[in-house]
Amino acid sequence: MTLVTGDEELLAERAAASVVAAARAADPGAETHDLLGGKVEPGELTRLTSPSLFGDRAVIVIRSAQDLAKDVIAEIVSYAAHPSEDATLVLLHPGGVKGKALVDGVKKAGARVITVSKLTKPAERLDFIKSEIRSAGRTIAPDAAQALLDAVGSDLRELAAACSQLVFDTPSDKKGIDAAAVARYHRGRAEVSGFTVADAAVEGRLADALEQLRWALSTGVAPVLLVSALAGGLRSLAKVGGAPRNLRGGQLAAHLGMPPWKVDRVKRQLNGWGPEGISHAIQAVATADEQVKGGGADPAYALEHAIQQIVANRTGR
Amino acid sequence: MGVFDDLVGQERAAALLSRAASAAAEAVAGGRGAGMTHAWLFTGPPGSGRSAAAKAFAAALLCPDQGCGHCDLCHQVAIGSHPDLESVRPEGLSYSVKQTRELILRAAGAPTLGRWRIVLFEDADRATEAAANALLKAIEEPPPRTVWLLCTPSPDDLVITIRSRCRVVTLATPSTAAVAHVLATRDGVPPDLAEFAARAAQGHIGRARRLALDEEARRRREAVLSIPASLTGVGECVTAAERLVKTAEEEAASATAELNETETAELRKVYGEGSSGKGLNKGLVRGGAGALKELEDKQKSRATRIKRDSLDVALLDLVVFYRDVLAVQLGAYDIELANQDRRADLDRIARASTPEQTLRRVDAIMQCRERLAANVNPQIAVEAMTMALRSPS
Repeated sequence: MTLVTGDEELLAERAAASVVAAARAADPGAETHDLLGGKVEPGELTRLTSPSLFGDRAVIVIRSAQDLAKDVIAEIVSYAAHPSEDATLVLLHPGGVKGKALVDGVKKAGARVITVSKLTKPAERLDFIKSEIRSAGRTIAPDAAQALLDAVGSDLRELAAACSQLVFDTPSDKKGIDAAAVARYHRGRAEVSGFTVADAAVEGRLADALEQLRWALSTGVAPVLLVSALAGGLRSLAKVGGAPRNLRGGQLAAHLGMPPWKVDRVKRQLNGWGPEGISHAIQAVATADEQVKGGGADPAYALEHAIQQIVANRTGR
Repeated sequence: MGVFDDLVGQERAAALLSRAASAAAEAVAGGRGAGMTHAWLFTGPPGSGRSAAAKAFAAALLCPDQGCGHCDLCHQVAIGSHPDLESVRPEGLSYSVKQTRELILRAAGAPTLGRWRIVLFEDADRATEAAANALLKAIEEPPPRTVWLLCTPSPDDLVITIRSRCRVVTLATPSTAAVAHVLATRDGVPPDLAEFAARAAQGHIGRARRLALDEEARRRREAVLSIPASLTGVGECVTAAERLVKTAEEEAASATAELNETETAELRKVYGEGSSGKGLNKGLVRGGAGALKELEDKQKSRATRIKRDSLDVALLDLVVFYRDVLAVQLGAYDIELANQDRRADLDRIARASTPEQTLRRVDAIMQCRERLAANVNPQIAVEAMTMALRSPS
């Protein structure tokens, strides 16, 4: 009996598939039942897990286990205490409070628990790409992996698909996949957050900021979020720039209510900024917000103009 | 005449309204009733007592003595329980066409106590354009005994087609002395505090009363007025903006939290929560979730409105402050300074800047108000304002 819990669909799917594959390897004749949580009727499980006359094994996979009815959950929990030898049961639960009784009950009964959580850090996603390629018997250069991540985005399913496509498309006599190979099939950026745009603008990289802005807009980031990221960037500048001079390190971070790494970064960004410049830049952002909220004809233009104003005011002191 | 005595500094309007009330009595008795009409628009600056004037007029219409101020009917109007007085006070950001249509239906009924059926629509400027259009027909030709009383700060706040269907009553800004007198006599406020509150509120009676009676309101005003002197660097500007917005949010939260909870509990009860018996107690019945969602939207809109209103009060205090600065700069000594208590700050800022800069600062505050009304993120709008106050250019 296995419980796969976590919200990363691809990994959960894989975990379930590996359990099923193992069961079928042990008994090729095993029958697989693929069920959806919301559709499981009371008693169905008992029927499926009861020993068959012909001694066939059964593999039962229940997806979206959070949608199981109360009676069925009770049935599964009581089954978990005395599992049948001939049946393999896999439950997929996305985590969260819905159907928590199931998770707790099954865990208590001593089921195997596999936890798959969403990858949140870019480094974790890079590792995922590397392991995908490695499992196909190839390797990928770090810069190539980064380029692939930038171009495809953070959805693991898409990343996995892109990896297998790359392995398939590149000549297999060369073991490593390099940046040139990735660039041949993928370019551009799938995801740009408002913060990337804001950082580029605040650091005075006009061309970069405008390019990122266009990427962000064309991948569907809301203009409102971009404005508030710009405002947030300038706000941090004003806060750090106006902080008392005698504070350092942790004290300064505590005074400003920002994490220390952010204070350090903002301090670097402050280079080239003066109070008047910050003041004017914030005016420009407020104007942009007004235009984005319906005061202007074109949100994209309003944002571009704001970014230009920010960069122009950077050396304006 | 009782009910009109409570209006502060509105002698002209009171005379007009009491004449109309007599004419109305004549009409009820079967006479011609010249001087009474079916739609009235009360306008005047915020705090001049628009809704108070409209309420007094309603009492005068419903009372057999044209507003004696002490009979049962007058009392019912005053506490808002008279069956023929329909009071509307938009709580959300706007008043929708759907709500308006329901209102028109209620307004069309005959009066229950035999005199008039009155609809008192406060803040009629909150009605959306579509809602105003829905009102047109009802205001133009109401049933014979229905009277509409609309209140807006200025006649321009309503579409012209409504304006032209109403008789306008213009209220004046009451003088500081009149407001102070009312506070001292009616609310029993000590004279010097009454004087201070009346001056600080600049003719806004409700605000003056709040300042006089509520310690918290005075403290909040102090906090706002300490802003101009504190804006030395950009860091301070951001902090001041953050504080302003946060105070407004807290005010909205404290004003709405309890109300929201009781409203939600009531609605849940209506939809069957907590009921017992066979087949019951299964949570909300059909339609409950939708109704809850609707209520939540309404509550959110109300919270946003309170937040905006409270920010607006702060911004107007700042405008008055810079008006005082300008008065000092231009040497207009016969003008009564609203912020006499902050004379040192006024003088210092007046010396450190030019009248032109002061005007620019006032412009920046006004622009911030416009931005807030246009749904700009409050923090961004207020930050832009404090920055502009620091270095007007």
